[in-house]
Amino acid sequence: MISCEGHGVCADLVPEWIALDDWGYPLIREGAVPVPLLARVRWAVSNCPALALRLADT
Amino acid sequence: MVVLTGYDPLPGGLRLPRGIVLSEISVLSEPMQRLLFHSGYVEPPSAAAARRTKLPTPVATRGTHENLVRMTAPRLLGGLSPDGEAVDLRTHRAAYAEPPISRRGRGDAAIIDAVEAAGLRGRGGAGFPTARKMRTVAGAARPPVVLANGTEGEPASGKDAVLLSRLPHLVIDGALWAAAAVGADRVVIAVDRSNGVAAEAVAHALAERERHEPSAVAIEVSWTPPRYVAGEESALVQFVNKGVAKPTVGAGRPFQRGIDGRPTLVQNVETLAHVAQIAAWGPDWFRLDGTAGEAGTALYTVTGAVTRPGIVEAPMGATTMEILAMAGGPSVPLQAALVGGFFGAWVPTEALWRSHTRAGLEPYGASPGCGVIVALPAGACGLSETARLVAWYSAQSAGQCGPCVHGLADLAAGCTDLAHGGGPGLVEQLRRWGSMIEGRGGCHHPDGAVRLLRSAFAVFADDVAAHSAGRPCRASASVPFIYVPDAAHGWR
Ligand SMILES: Cc1cc2nc3c(=O)[nH]c(=O)nc-3n(C[C@H](O)[C@H](O)[C@H](O)COP(=O)(O)O)c2cc1C
Ligand SMILES: Cc1cc2nc3c(=O)[nH]c(=O)nc-3n(C[C@H](O)[C@H](O)[C@H](O)COP(=O)(O)O)c2cc1C
Ligand code: SF4
Ligand code: SF4
Ligand code: SF4
Repeated sequence: MISCEGHGVCADLVPEWIALDDWGYPLIREGAVPVPLLARVRWAVSNCPALALRLADT
Repeated sequence: MVVLTGYDPLPGGLRLPRGIVLSEISVLSEPMQRLLFHSGYVEPPSAAAARRTKLPTPVATRGTHENLVRMTAPRLLGGLSPDGEAVDLRTHRAAYAEPPISRRGRGDAAIIDAVEAAGLRGRGGAGFPTARKMRTVAGAARPPVVLANGTEGEPASGKDAVLLSRLPHLVIDGALWAAAAVGADRVVIAVDRSNGVAAEAVAHALAERERHEPSAVAIEVSWTPPRYVAGEESALVQFVNKGVAKPTVGAGRPFQRGIDGRPTLVQNVETLAHVAQIAAWGPDWFRLDGTAGEAGTALYTVTGAVTRPGIVEAPMGATTMEILAMAGGPSVPLQAALVGGFFGAWVPTEALWRSHTRAGLEPYGASPGCGVIVALPAGACGLSETARLVAWYSAQSAGQCGPCVHGLADLAAGCTDLAHGGGPGLVEQLRRWGSMIEGRGGCHHPDGAVRLLRSAFAVFADDVAAHSAGRPCRASASVPFIYVPDAAHGWR
């Protein structure tokens, strides 16, 4: 039900914010994305082949 | 503030991750199989195991649990018919004179108030306060549905099967009282279709009602596939809606969007049986048993190394040893107990003298869960039992979330290695994987495996140390103790 397929594209694009676990699935830092990373995070969201990532406004 | 959140739910069309083959072979299990465990004594295979064969002395006895009131007679099981048959509607009405009445389209806050005053918590595992769920659902804009969860996928549990097959009208009354409380016009009772006795009893009870006591509330049965995860609430809802018994997350929790998109109150069938008794006899009566924080009685499935394995009823606050005593007591010296079932945790023998409540078991990272207690004899091998349970978790994954599918497979393989001896760094690796898996599935299924493994590290710490030093004893090759069913069933 979670759509991520472990392609790892996201971690390549924003290694500062997204790491991969031992099986290739993303481990995302908690909390607000730092402003300098925002552009690349958006880029990762739109490039995820499985459309598994989402930006939330809180 | 912009937060990047993890996974988005897949909008439809599930794809199985690489390497997963879900067998569609359906194996019908004997209903009794769920109840039966080996309870034979395994000879201590080594000096290491033999050292554990002395029962520890009690560290706490009754009287230390304030507010504890003893059960004078079983409440739910007291209603069982001695002939082993299901209690029919007429006999049931002789004991519960007032049938549940719904006020069409409106909830009845008085019933919710009574459930709240009684302090009833869910008996399906999570122990969530029932009245709180009722209030959320009753306050929703759309008319709610009540879903009675009688799937009992937990392999070590048999109490829901007893209620459904012997006291079906008590469960149905409870579901109808819940419907009256929240203003539902529809009740769905979910029953594992491989449990023929329960299925037949429920079908018969509903037919009786149709003839003698027609209800304004529509009651139907959903025959679920015998898969563990099928009992998770969102999986049940998806099964009723679309015929696939796998969890969903993105669609909203069942209490928000459940059956037909309507707010759905999911309660375990034992929880509902208690609701029926609270409706009949009131919250003060309910609180005559139990502790201030955890009221009433609960059903326990007690198996393993006890003299009379079976289903018992005990007041909340009874110690684990008292509950074991109701099942005849330990048949041999014990080394640990599995509490809460496969979806539970190991506790050491010292814990057996503490109250078997959330509060009493909390220091061990355990909780009563759905009321399973498996007594592990001194001669069994805790690590190989754990390895087989973790392998069961892996086999039961619904195949939808990467960390659950791949993580549990690695965890299971690592646990098997550890049981056979392990090696340097393996325990650290397993712990690392555990924290990588925890909280990252769409449902709590993988978290259960991590909790179980952590409890094994704590309770079987000496064994773990011996294995890490390359000194396992021969017990890991001994006969498996806990019966672990296989998972060769489909999801529809
Ligand atoms: C993997 C998984 C399996 C579950 N299986 C069952 C089950 O077989 N029976 C059950 O009553 N609850 C089961 N639950 C809990 C349900 O999701 C739900 O919390 C429960 O039915 C609510 O009822 P209660 O509040 O009366 O306990 C399961 C939960 C999980 C995460
Ligand atoms: C933090 C939290 C808040 C919850 N809030 C509600 C709620 O407002 N209404 C409701 O009906 N259930 C609520 N629940 C209960 C869940 O829907 C669910 O029945 C319960 O957590 C059992 O979980 P399980 O299905 O994993 O066993 C809440 C649960 C948690 C953990
Ligand atoms: S979130 Fe998307 S990009 Fe990242 S690993 Fe998963 S599928 Fe790949
Ligand atoms: S865990 Fe190891 S030492 Fe303990 S009984 Fe099993 S094989 Fe023997
Ligand atoms: S965590 Fe596992 S069992 Fe739960 S939905 Fe995901 S794949 Fe299925």
